[in-house]
Parts: sequence; structure tokens; C-alpha cells
Amino acid sequence: MNTNVTRRELAAIGATTLASTQALAQIPTANVPPLELRPEAGASLRMLRPVRFVQPDEDVFRANCARFTAATGVQVRVDFVGWEDIAQQTAVTANTGAGPDLIIGFNESPHVYADKLVDLTDIANYLGSKYGGWKPLAERYGRRNASTSWIGIPFGASGGPLVWRKSAVNEAGFESIPDDHAGYLRLCQSLKRIGKPAGFALGNAVGDGNGFANWLVWSHGGKLVNEDGSVGINSRETIAALNYLRELYPTFIPGTLAWGDISNNRAYASNECFLTANGVSLYFALKNDPATAAIAADTEHSLLPKGIASTSPMAGLTLNGMVFKHSRFPNASKALLAFLMEAEQYDPWLQANLGYWAQPLNAYNDSATWKGDPKVSIFRNTMDSGFWLGYQGPISEASAAATADYVMVQMCASVASGQATPEAAAREAERRAARFFRRR
Amino acid sequence: MDATLTTPHWSKNRPEPGLLVRVFDNKAFLIFACLLPALGLLTVFLTYPLGLGIYLAFTDTTIGRRGVFVGLENFTFLFTDPIFWGAVFFSVFYTAVATIGKFGLGLWLALLLNQHLPFKSILRAIILLPWIVPTVLSAIAFWWIYDPQFSIISYVFKELGWRTTNIDFIGSEWPARFSLIAANIWRGIPFVAISLLAGLQTISPSLYEAALLDGATPWQRFRFITFPMLLPILAIVMTFSIIFTFTDFQLVYAITRGGPVNSTHLLATLAFQRGIPGGELGEGAAIAVSMIPFLVFATLFSYFALARRKWQQGEGND
Repeated sequence: MNTNVTRRELAAIGATTLASTQALAQIPTANVPPLELRPEAGASLRMLRPVRFVQPDEDVFRANCARFTAATGVQVRVDFVGWEDIAQQTAVTANTGAGPDLIIGFNESPHVYADKLVDLTDIANYLGSKYGGWKPLAERYGRRNASTSWIGIPFGASGGPLVWRKSAVNEAGFESIPDDHAGYLRLCQSLKRIGKPAGFALGNAVGDGNGFANWLVWSHGGKLVNEDGSVGINSRETIAALNYLRELYPTFIPGTLAWGDISNNRAYASNECFLTANGVSLYFALKNDPATAAIAADTEHSLLPKGIASTSPMAGLTLNGMVFKHSRFPNASKALLAFLMEAEQYDPWLQANLGYWAQPLNAYNDSATWKGDPKVSIFRNTMDSGFWLGYQGPISEASAAATADYVMVQMCASVASGQATPEAAAREAERRAARFFRRR
Repeated sequence: MDATLTTPHWSKNRPEPGLLVRVFDNKAFLIFACLLPALGLLTVFLTYPLGLGIYLAFTDTTIGRRGVFVGLENFTFLFTDPIFWGAVFFSVFYTAVATIGKFGLGLWLALLLNQHLPFKSILRAIILLPWIVPTVLSAIAFWWIYDPQFSIISYVFKELGWRTTNIDFIGSEWPARFSLIAANIWRGIPFVAISLLAGLQTISPSLYEAALLDGATPWQRFRFITFPMLLPILAIVMTFSIIFTFTDFQLVYAITRGGPVNSTHLLATLAFQRGIPGGELGEGAAIAVSMIPFLVFATLFSYFALARRKWQQGEGND
């Protein structure tokens, strides 16, 4: 939890330095004048970020911060916080005006506390022009709503595309996953017929449940929120989506109404479910266990079917860095964020994460991360999505709350289980969402 | 040598004690001073959180934003919210069915354990296990038992050829509710059984001997000796049990998270869901506050229905 450099970290720094010389060769950068940020004299920083997926994530991140200290003399202390806690800790930090100087939080956090944050436009523009521009999801989460100023520096995103068994899909008579609703339904029906069904979480699963519900509605042109921030869920498009679900749901493996975030991983790993949506963690878990390596070899990833949308309807969980106005060292904080995003630091970190996190800047498409295992390369595009949580409204705490309260998931689940008609379910979702989006 | 003897000053009256001594001799002050630490603890850890909770219920506070006083707005919204009423219904249903189950089986178990059995103490220790295991651990065990794909019960039934498909424990409304109630009963029986066993052992054997001489049947002995003698402790245990069950959180949150489609939300889980993940602290607090009348009613009911027996005070019965 501090930057006393240990021997192991020194070794890690050595490794990242080696890797970074390679990285420099691979990551195309534009010739941009370096950023003039003078860290305050005697500055020391405290930072919070979510805990790691994999151990090298933490090692390389700490090593990168140690390099910042070596380069600038600014001490950096990083605390790794559980995922469930980071939103609450951000809230406390913002409201009390005390605590960490900068936080890497999730998704909408900078937008909720926008007036408590330091403007990051200069480093965002610098990074964007140096590294081939920000990806659409990064722009959406980093920029203040309806403005060109930046309040967050998106650090990466974790997506949940389709995970499927090639042998099963082929046996069902398909070469790949159809991108249209009708074809996708036929695929799922065929999979069901050959006893190798698909399965998507419809229970109270924060990641997987919302991922499926959002895909279903977005791929039919529906949305939770209109562009002006009013609730738009009760629409013809939503009802079409829910009617489609009534045909799709019977093809699922039984029990998905009770699925949590972990259930599809278990069912997929035990040859019970052959098509689902998940982050890359499922693939690595299968690959690293000799008992399931054969399943991993038979596994493919592909983007969620587009339906009538123009890009695959998926909103990755996004890391979003912010600097608080109460920090006594705003320049040092900004310098740290920019430093961590530079190729010498960011590329080794990206590689250490194996694809769990995908980059917000286009230049990192060329990172070695995406050249190792071809089955992982699809995650490279996670932040190319035109969809975000609370699409198509301004990013707000209301959309985050509606997501956390499973408004969309339960709308879908009540139709799938036959408890409600699509019309009634959409009305109920509208009623619940309106509560979160009410004007204050 | 001329020794001058200084005679100590002596007066007939006892010297007036100092102010401090007088203050500490004051009974009222002493009582107050001795109660102060306890009072402080209660204020900080009980009164303040409870008061804050009740205050929050009348504001629109969210996580990350101080709210303003909105009066009864949260409650008026909740009264029109079918999910809230669903949680009220399930909380009452869950408490009622689980309490009946726990007391039926717990009393039966207590009567069995009260017989002379071999390895009596070991048996009693084993019986306590479900109560000792942390709730979350047993909840996770039940979560596996009820898993849609990997339930051990489904597996056994399929191996025996009794079923061809998995049992749908928590995938639809009513099975999910009864599955949770079963888990709660399993967990609650030891508490009831051991408490009632303690009560049973206070009943004097001479009463049974007298009844035997009068030719009472086992049922009559239970009906006219055991049961009335057990009533006072039954009332206490039932009060506790109802409170624990009504405010249950861990079992439901670990097994179903209130699903499928909110059909198994208890008021406690709904309050947490709305308040913390959903961020609507004010509304969550309002849900929690709305549990208070139910709890007060349940407590009064247990006391007045079960414990108003005059013989407890040594007077004639009825």
C-alpha cells in the first residue's frame, strides 16, 4: 500500500522497462508537444482504484506508480478497494472534501460529482491527439454531458461479448453467430433441439443480467432514457424486444431466471450451456484448468448480435479516473494520470491484464495484448461501442441507480417468466425508472 | 526539656465534608454517573443510528447527495409501489410460515431430547450446529442445494430415475418462497429446540408422577402439564424468533437476492437493495422504518396472547 520499492517490484520495473522498449516500437504515436504539467513541490498523492482481476495488474500498476515517483519525486500511495465499495468511497470523498487526491472509479462516477472535480481537458486532449484519438465509449464517459470539457480519464473497459462452443454452433448448422434477430433466434432454437442450449442470466446479476437486458432492448432500437434525460423505456421498440424475448427465452437452459453473475460460468464450464455472454475471465478460467482446457479450445468469442443497431449493443464496465478539487496537488494528480496512460506505462499494464481490460485510446489497438491469443483479440474493440449505461440519455447517477436496481433485468424476467405481458412490463419499468430520473 | 504538647483540635461536630465527597455521596448523582457510560454507548450506537434512519426516511437523500426534507413523500410512493407491498406480503408470510414450522419441529425435537437417550449431550451439541454456523455460510450451502443446474437434490432424484429434469427451486415465485422458508426453518429449529428443552427441564417431575397416579394419558400430560408450564418461555422464544425471522436478510440476499422478479424480497433486503446498490438512501430508510410497526405488533402479540398468565405472578390461573 505504499511506494517503498521492494525487490520484487524492482524486478517488475525491470520487466516493464524491457517491455516498454518493445511497446514504444508497437504503439503508434503522433508527434505532439509534451504536456507541461509541473507537479507541486513536495507533492504526495493518494489514489484509490478497484482491486485487480489478475495479480500482474496490481504489480505492474504499482511499478508504474513507482516509476512516476522516480521520475518526478512525487510519492504515490495506491489503495486497492473492493468493487462494491468504490462507489460509496467516492461518494464520501466527494462530499467530505477529504481523502484521496484521485480515484479510478467506475462508469458514471465523475459525472455524479462533476462540480467537485478538476477539469482534465488538457491531458485528455493531449492523450487523444498523441494516441490516435479516444474511442466512442471513452469520450462518452470522459466528457462532461453536452460539453467538450473532460472530467474523467477513462482507463479501460471490460466487456461481455458472446462466448460460444464452436462444435455446438456448427452442429446446429451455423458457421458463426448470426447478427440479425431472426437468425439468432433460429440458432438458439437449433441449439435447444440438439440439447446444447444457450443461457443468459435473467436473475439479479449486476453484470450479466444487465448486459443481457441492455442488449435485448438496445438491439431492437429501444432505450431506457431519451436523449434529453426523460424516461423512454415504454416504447414500441421495447415491446418488440420483449415479444422477441418470449420466443427466445424458451430456448434457454432452464433456471436462468435464478442466475447470478457466476451461474453462466459454472453452467458453461460443465457442458450444460453452450452459448452465453461473459467477460474474458471465463475463457481464461477454462484455459488454465487442465480439466476444462478442451472446452477452452472449442470456445469462440464474438460481439453481441447487432440486431437493428449500428454497433454491437454492449456497454463495457469502464474504469474512469478523476481528480478532486480538494487535492492540494492537482497538477501532480493530473501528471500521474497522464503518465499512467503513456505507452511506456499503459501498454505493459494492458498486457499484464491479458485482455480483462481494453484500452480507451485507438493507438493501443496495436498492443501485443491483442496479438497473442486470437480468441481474446475481440475484446480489443470493447470501447468502440456506441452504447453506455443509461443510453441514450446524459450520463447520470439515475441511470446507474436504475441499473443497480435491475429495472431492465426485471422487466425482461417478468416477461420471460410469463408474469407480465410485454406492455405491462414496459409500463412497470417506466414507473420504476421515473422514480430514479425524477427532477430534483 | 519542655515538651510542648500540641493538642489536636477537636470539636464535637464532625467536620463538614468537601464538595467532591458530598457530590459522590449523593445517590442521584451516583446513579447518573454509573449509568453514563451505558447511556453514552446506547446513544452513540443505538439511538443515533435509529434516529438518523427515521430522519432519512423523511428526506430524499441519495448516496453522494445530501437530501432535503420531503415529508411523507417516500411513504406515499411506497404505498403505490407493488414491489413494496410484495415485500410486505412476503415478510409476513415468511415470518408466519417459518415460525410455525420452527416451533412445531423445535418443540417436537425438544420433547425427544428430553427423553433419556444414549449420547444425550453429544446429540444436543449436534442439534445446535445449524444455529452455530454463520448464516452466510449456511446460506451459501443452500444456494448450492437450490442451484438450477447443480443442485444435489436434483442430482440424486435424477440418478434414482425419479425425475428427468432439474427441480426448479428458486427460478419461479412460489417454489423460491418455500425454498427460502425451508432454509430458514432449518436454521431456526436449534434455537427453539434448545430454549424449549431448557424450559422442559425446569418442570418438576413430581407433577408428572402425580398425573401418572391419576391415570393421565401421555397426551393429557402434555396438554395439561408440559404445555402450560412451557408457555412463558414459549412466549419469550417466539418473540425473539419472530423478530429474527422478520428482519432476516442474509439467507434471502445470499440465495435469491430478492428474485425471481422481486418475489422473494423481504423488507430488509428491499431496504438494502433500494438504499445501497440503488443509492436511494431515503427510500431505503423509509422501507426499514416501515418494519417498526410490524415488529411492535408482533412483540405485543406474543406477550399479550401467550404471556398473560396470572400464575406467573403466583396467582391463580385464569
